[in-house]
Amino acid sequence: MDERFNPIVIVAAVLGGVMLVAPGLIWLERRLLALWQDRYGPNRAGPFGVLIVLADTLKLFFKEDWIPPFADKKVFFIAPAIVMISALMGFVIIPFSPGFMVTNINIGILFFLAASSMGAYSIILGGWASNNKYALLGAMRGAAQMISYEVFMGLSIMGVVILSGSLSLHTIVESQADLWYVVPQFAGFVTFLIAGIAETHRLPFDIPESESEIIAGFHSEYSGMKFGMFFVGEYVGIILISSLTVALYFGGWLGPDFLPPVVWFVLKTFVFIFLFILLRASLPRPRYDQLMDFGWKILLPITIINLMVTAAVVLVQEHGWPY
Amino acid sequence: MNVWRDQDIFIFKQELMFSIIRSMWLTFLHMFHKRETILYPEEKPKLTARWRGRIVLTRDPDMGERCVGCYLCAAACPVDCISLQATEDPTGRRYPEFFRINFSRCIFCGYCEEACPTYAIQLIPDFEMAEYNRQNLVYEKEDLLINGQGKYQGYNYYKVAGLAIGGKGKGQAQNENPPVDVKSLLP
Repeated sequence: MDERFNPIVIVAAVLGGVMLVAPGLIWLERRLLALWQDRYGPNRAGPFGVLIVLADTLKLFFKEDWIPPFADKKVFFIAPAIVMISALMGFVIIPFSPGFMVTNINIGILFFLAASSMGAYSIILGGWASNNKYALLGAMRGAAQMISYEVFMGLSIMGVVILSGSLSLHTIVESQADLWYVVPQFAGFVTFLIAGIAETHRLPFDIPESESEIIAGFHSEYSGMKFGMFFVGEYVGIILISSLTVALYFGGWLGPDFLPPVVWFVLKTFVFIFLFILLRASLPRPRYDQLMDFGWKILLPITIINLMVTAAVVLVQEHGWPY
Repeated sequence: MNVWRDQDIFIFKQELMFSIIRSMWLTFLHMFHKRETILYPEEKPKLTARWRGRIVLTRDPDMGERCVGCYLCAAACPVDCISLQATEDPTGRRYPEFFRINFSRCIFCGYCEEACPTYAIQLIPDFEMAEYNRQNLVYEKEDLLINGQGKYQGYNYYKVAGLAIGGKGKGQAQNENPPVDVKSLLP
């Protein structure tokens, strides 16, 4: 199990895989949303309509890449790149299977939290550089949402860190051989997933880009492939949060032997991607203040209680009562 | 200080009541429902008899043109897509010299059909009239006129109208009394 691939091969495979799956999610999401709304979805181009991805990409490439004259051009240009970079950086620490991860740094989770925090910059810079009131409103909402949900996203992971005694995702997955952490850390799992949805600003937490209130929020002024970067960056974020949920709470690559570990990991990840899309199909968007209330007054206490109870239980297990 | 308002408690209860999980489950069940989509080119939609589609000009049972060129349809048309010119044949029967509908303007509201006093202009259940060239959407009289009566069978305007035309004098129409001699004193 310790066979190591050439790092370049792993990087290329992870990057290629993510960049292949992320646009594929455009098709998957449309088909699944249609499925849950009693429709068929795209089914014309290619088998089951998968070539809609190609058509969409070509369309985005040939669209006029317009930068508004009132925009701050450098920042406007750099914002879509940041969203992609920050989302792709997260994949560095995802353990797809034993030996198949880009790098096994011992502060993996901290690195992920840092990388995903970078994503907030893309929203703020994009909204600010657009010089548009709706974009700025979206950016402000996005900044507030991402900062407040990051707080207990980190806190909810800490329960897992206490149980496994490591910040390295490889060790965390390996320590789940007996029991997946979703069982002892159920509250942590739920809060992490909710925070993850808010972090990728997916429905029902797509407050920064709520179409019906503030047009498209922070990316109102973006067009062409720059908009495409935001679009694909969101899907990369979904894959990232899904695979991280699997690695942290659902035993990562662990599974019965009849399938290779990578397949188990991908299967479990896709279950969560499905869940993301199901959430979009079924839930309405909360109001902005409801989102903030929900985060600070409900999820934060739950995570803190969960963290303290986990810490106390681990302490008692290791040192006896009273230690 | 009361930090938690009723609204927060409501949200919290909702979390506990699993109403969100329930709505997700109900959405998931839609996977197994019947599709609403009609896969159009392979499967044609069912159009009702009074569906407002392509406009035609109909004929009366004797295969004469029903249209008498009264311009009421052109006047009723909200987008001014109908244009026509009335004329008369030697027997005094009116008919349109040309009749032109610009379907690139038409909004298929059916006001022309409502305005028509002779049931000549009718909307039929057909919408497949797309063209690559916009000019091809301008229909002339020969494109509009059909060899049939459309929705109102057996109606012949000149057979019930009091107007005298060639072959039918005053008082010879259906349900029409002979003309009264206004110079006579007898009832």
